[in-house]
Amino acid sequence: MKPYAIRLLAATALIAAPAVLSAHRMWMLPSGTVFSGTDSWATIDAAVSNDLFFFDHQPLRLDGVKVWQPDGSEGKLQNGATGRYRSVFDVELDKPGTWKVATQMSAVMGSFKADGVEKRVGGRGGLPRPGQPAPLTVADIPANATEVKLTEMSSRNEVFLTAGAPTTTVLKPTGKGLEFAPVTHPDELVAGEAAKFRFLIDGKPAPGLKVTVIPGGKRYRNDEGAMNLTTGADGVLTVTWPTAGMYWLNATATDTKTTVPRATERRMTYVTTLEVLTP
Amino acid sequence: MRPSTFALIGGVIAAPASAATVTVTIPKQDVAEYHRPYVAMWVEPVGGGAPRTVALWYETKKTGKDAGTKYLADLRAWWRKGGRSMTVPADGVSGATRAPGQYTVRLPDNLKPGQYVLNVEAARETGGRELVTLPLTVPNPNARAAGKTELGAITLSAR
Repeated sequence: MKPYAIRLLAATALIAAPAVLSAHRMWMLPSGTVFSGTDSWATIDAAVSNDLFFFDHQPLRLDGVKVWQPDGSEGKLQNGATGRYRSVFDVELDKPGTWKVATQMSAVMGSFKADGVEKRVGGRGGLPRPGQPAPLTVADIPANATEVKLTEMSSRNEVFLTAGAPTTTVLKPTGKGLEFAPVTHPDELVAGEAAKFRFLIDGKPAPGLKVTVIPGGKRYRNDEGAMNLTTGADGVLTVTWPTAGMYWLNATATDTKTTVPRATERRMTYVTTLEVLTP
Repeated sequence: MRPSTFALIGGVIAAPASAATVTVTIPKQDVAEYHRPYVAMWVEPVGGGAPRTVALWYETKKTGKDAGTKYLADLRAWWRKGGRSMTVPADGVSGATRAPGQYTVRLPDNLKPGQYVLNVEAARETGGRELVTLPLTVPNPNARAAGKTELGAITLSAR
């Protein structure tokens, strides 16, 4: 029985990984972001897919999803369920202020050559195939390995919900990896108005960072409608929202400041879903 | 005759009072399912400054879970401009929703002379949402505007 449980655990880790690795987009879509009073509930869909926000590929696993209350302490994720295409869960917004729902993932991917055979480290993504061996980890690299190429991957996916007046405690950066440090509060976005968001890498402003902003509702239009933007010298991104709606924001950065031994590259991703309201 | 004379004198001597009223029309809607709209009115100084809510009409009967306050955020512009940090019910400001018709609301007497914008926002369950703005001059306001769907004629006048 025990090996089965372990295999299951490994399987969950595997499914969580492709969101970081493949072109598919991982997203969380809240039922709303602005709430009145402290009796409200937000319900959130979480999935991995190409078209936003349509769940037709893989669910986003809830194992790593955490809820942060306005005071910065951890809150409760309720009624979580994972279906074939999406996960869904609720957050009871019983305290006033801004809440954060976040998932963080990290993995090491790469390859090495041992005895003339190339082997991969980390999963390739996709569903775990029954009967296949678990993917190799950094610990599995033998001493005689050559051509070791390892990339450290990390990603954050966050959404912000506000009951009553917005607060900023949950927006405090940790100083590690790629982070979102908004100047405009993420729950105060209005169509036609410019919003400013600062991005940080290891706590320092990230200039020249590439950020993609894509509106939801892809199925009902021809164009992807993506805005490809870059942060300024101060690490600040300015986004002017063409219309109200839900937007998916994705920022990626690559550098060599690795934290894992033997890794030569660090790839960081930040994802959030933002709701823009009519003026 | 008399009220206008009084206003004039008041304005000349110490300008203590805005002495203004706003008349708002809630139009009749030809719909199968009708609910009275939530309405918020607030004034904002033109040069920037804190918005001030002068009237708020919402569902006040339901309490507990799913209370009428749950939908206050649907008055989106008002919510952002101060509604979210306001405590309801608010004395002299908030009240129950109103049936279609014409209503007169007195603006606060202690509005300092200057240029303001009066905002009137209405949001209706299973209906639409509309925001109408009017220039407000204190003292001696005089402006009219009209909404297209959720609000009818709106008139600002000196009392």
